[in-house]
Amino acid sequence: MKFCILVNEGPYTHQAADTAYQFTKAALEKGHKIHRVFFYHDGVNNSTRLTEPPQDDRNIVQRWQKLAADHKLDLVVCVAAALRRGIKDENLAEGFRISGLGQLVESGIQADRLVTFGD
Amino acid sequence: MLHTVNKSPYERNSFDTCLAHVKKGSAILLIEDGVYAAMKGTAPAKKLEQMMKTIPVFVLQPDVEARGMQSRVLDGVKMVDYAGFVDLAAEYPTVQSWL
Amino acid sequence: MTESTGGIDMDEQTSGVVKKFLYVNRKAPYGTIYALESLEVVLIAAAFDQDVSLAFIDDGVYQIVKGQHTKGIDVKNFSPIYRALEGFDIEKLYVEKESMDARGLTQADLLVDVKIVSAAEMADLMESQDVVMSF
Repeated sequence: MKFCILVNEGPYTHQAADTAYQFTKAALEKGHKIHRVFFYHDGVNNSTRLTEPPQDDRNIVQRWQKLAADHKLDLVVCVAAALRRGIKDENLAEGFRISGLGQLVESGIQADRLVTFGD
Repeated sequence: MLHTVNKSPYERNSFDTCLAHVKKGSAILLIEDGVYAAMKGTAPAKKLEQMMKTIPVFVLQPDVEARGMQSRVLDGVKMVDYAGFVDLAAEYPTVQSWL
Repeated sequence: MTESTGGIDMDEQTSGVVKKFLYVNRKAPYGTIYALESLEVVLIAAAFDQDVSLAFIDDGVYQIVKGQHTKGIDVKNFSPIYRALEGFDIEKLYVEKESMDARGLTQADLLVDVKIVSAAEMADLMESQDVVMSF
């Protein structure tokens, strides 16, 4: 299966980003493909370079980066949602790219399954 | 269709709204705070018991255990892990997340 | 790639495939951003010639009531956009009767033409979709 993963919430405040990550990781371990992980609404905050969570808990941004690097994932942050929330190239974590909502729609068309993680 | 519910039935009406839209041939998966709907002896659990006559109901085990609810899960509700979540998403043609 | 398709080269990547997309709206406007930002997805989706439906359930029905005057809260009134959807060939707007009744609303309260359906009919509609997005 080819999955599109839609992440609607930011790191830590809601469990959505965690569940999305665990689902994505499990899907990859099962041999499925991830067409795209698309970050929308506050989900764009998963891509901030400036995160500094406490050392004794998971680093959500880094976790996405590592998963993306290991599996060549396409992590896309919605430009409109990002601009609203102050996420730009200059503070974007490596491994993420900012692009348009069309990327979400296109992924919905191309993937076999679209799964939404939100509040 | 695979229906997921991620909010507690006591916090939000998503669980109830989901139940009102589940058709035969579908399945329900409770995740995150949604797992609280599957705790035995509760009003939401009674609704699930009715549903389970025709619809399989699953609950995400890591979320149950994180919340210390493992001894309270309603009989007949099947526990799955994230791999099981992926299997369900692949098995059913679409996934609808009731947020 | 064009601005209107949000960065997608239409001919190469998506031509030919038509899927049934359902956008599920269950939240009231203004209290959270989901109503506005989900509408933004719908507008972009219009460029992709897919079979698009919008469902308004629970508090989502409040998104399309008439008379939204937002000057006092100094937030953009985006309700006119629902009226503009028709111009984008997005005409399948479904509103759940039970949600309307519970809130004392009728078609006359709505700013756009919709099809009012029962929860059972809405369930049938949902089952027939290829892609369901929730916000």
